[in-house]
Amino acid sequence: MDWFPLCNSLRVAGISTVITFFAGILAAYFISSARPAIKGALDCVLTLPMVLPPTVVGFFLLKLIGPFGPVGSRVLALFGFKMTMTWYSAIFATTIVSFPLMYRTARGAFESFDETLQYSGQTLGLSDTYIFWRVRMPNCRQGILAGTVLSFARALGEYGATTMVTGYIPGRTATISTTVYQLWREGHDALAYRWVFINLIISFVVLISVNMLERSYRNPLRMARHAADAGE
Amino acid sequence: MPLYVRLKKDFGTFLLDVEFEAPDGVMGLLGASGCGKSMTLKCIAGVVRPDEGAVVLNGRVLYDSVKGIDLPPQKRGVGLLFQNYALFPNMTVEQNIMAVLSSRKNASEEKFRSLVRRFHIEGLERHYPASLSGGQRQRAALARIMASEPSVIMLDEPLSALDSYLRWQLEGELASILDDFGATIYVSHNRDEVYRLCSHVCVMSSGRTEPVRTVKDLFESPDTLASSLLSGCKNYSRIERVGERRVRAADWDAELECGAPVPDDASFIGIRAHYLHPVPEDGDNVFPCVVARVTEDVFHTIVSLEAGSSGHGFSKIRMEIPKGAARGLSAGDTIRIGVKPRDVMLLKK
Repeated sequence: MDWFPLCNSLRVAGISTVITFFAGILAAYFISSARPAIKGALDCVLTLPMVLPPTVVGFFLLKLIGPFGPVGSRVLALFGFKMTMTWYSAIFATTIVSFPLMYRTARGAFESFDETLQYSGQTLGLSDTYIFWRVRMPNCRQGILAGTVLSFARALGEYGATTMVTGYIPGRTATISTTVYQLWREGHDALAYRWVFINLIISFVVLISVNMLERSYRNPLRMARHAADAGE
Repeated sequence: MPLYVRLKKDFGTFLLDVEFEAPDGVMGLLGASGCGKSMTLKCIAGVVRPDEGAVVLNGRVLYDSVKGIDLPPQKRGVGLLFQNYALFPNMTVEQNIMAVLSSRKNASEEKFRSLVRRFHIEGLERHYPASLSGGQRQRAALARIMASEPSVIMLDEPLSALDSYLRWQLEGELASILDDFGATIYVSHNRDEVYRLCSHVCVMSSGRTEPVRTVKDLFESPDTLASSLLSGCKNYSRIERVGERRVRAADWDAELECGAPVPDDASFIGIRAHYLHPVPEDGDNVFPCVVARVTEDVFHTIVSLEAGSSGHGFSKIRMEIPKGAARGLSAGDTIRIGVKPRDVMLLKK
């Protein structure tokens, strides 16, 4: 069995998760503290990829980074490489499609963050950077962790936009999702089942590890709280 | 500490417009909930930017909208204790305090230990805030603030999150800490706390401040309706001036003699509940009322009365008399009550 689709899927999803992680948190941080008017408009734009059909995202992407698109043609002329129909083309697609999941969950976490923690940190002389990484992020950990996993899972399962910008080239651009489709179309049901099964295992492993991470993080606090309640 | 504060901030439906100069020692900022006390503290600390004004601490300009000075909260040297104490929940008590000490580049085990001793948090160093009681949290938060070596500390309703027994206990601890430290602004809506803990007080109502005065002065002779309400006076009437020392209490249908000349801007009078007493006959400073209810309290009797015919809330009068003095009174009776001229407080709006 050729394992390329698995490696490629993990590589694409991994890279796009790293990108959405930072981009999503950055966007969430600025938008959660923005003025209502700006907030509404930007929020719409950033959430759009979640509600648009992936094929529409793929269509726009092709128009933009395809060999004749405004970005694609310049990159081709300047650096001599194509932005579509390669393995890394899928990263553009999955990043855009999975971004809203990271952004929205991180924003939810930031908005429920108690701002007095930020204020007290500042009046105590702690730098804003310190407060962001050592107070805000740890206290929003659950939301951010959930967002990261959700966007990784979404990137792993992305089909519509990916297939439009990468096509299906065995051993070069094939991902699990495009492979399953291709195998089914060609009537190789047995092989398709295998990939479906692999996909299920990955999803389970991801979800279970998140649950365990959350439990190990929250338990000491929860136990402490019980002790305090019982003591008073 | 001398702290001079003049701030304006427009919230659309609410205008914050404060000005006061806090003398050395503990100054209370007293006002009802939602009058802008917490916002004032946030502006002084620099975590919220006012529209205009100035904040000067010990001659150091922290904020001046005209000169364009706006020090970040990190550089102001103003410690702010939040109502919920705002300890970082993801850090132990030790980590909370060490975070502050380390940022000042003079962290030492010795400094940490001395704070732990001073605030009686021995044995709690490795606890997370969630596992501490309210009092322990407050001490840990105070220790953390002292680690930042502030020039002034501001306490925002530090006792209101606690139940009444614990509150009394903690007030004692707090009092000795404040005595040690000095420069403090103590925010509260509780007049008793302010009376016991502060030397000076600044009364605030709907976003505005009154001049700073001594606590004694405020409770003995409040001069505005807001400060009188906060000092615990229960009975008020709108007035018209009818003589140099005489007013007509519109809500009580009565003419009263006052202990002092009536100022032009006086628009209310206030009489404390225990300065009213029933009298047998008509006379000066006596007026009729109808008894609405007689309530036995622990140490005295509260007589609720209805005076005049304005129907305004002010026409309800509360009289507190020694137990036994109300014998024979029942709802529906008409009685005469009197007040001494010097017990009639003249109040501005």
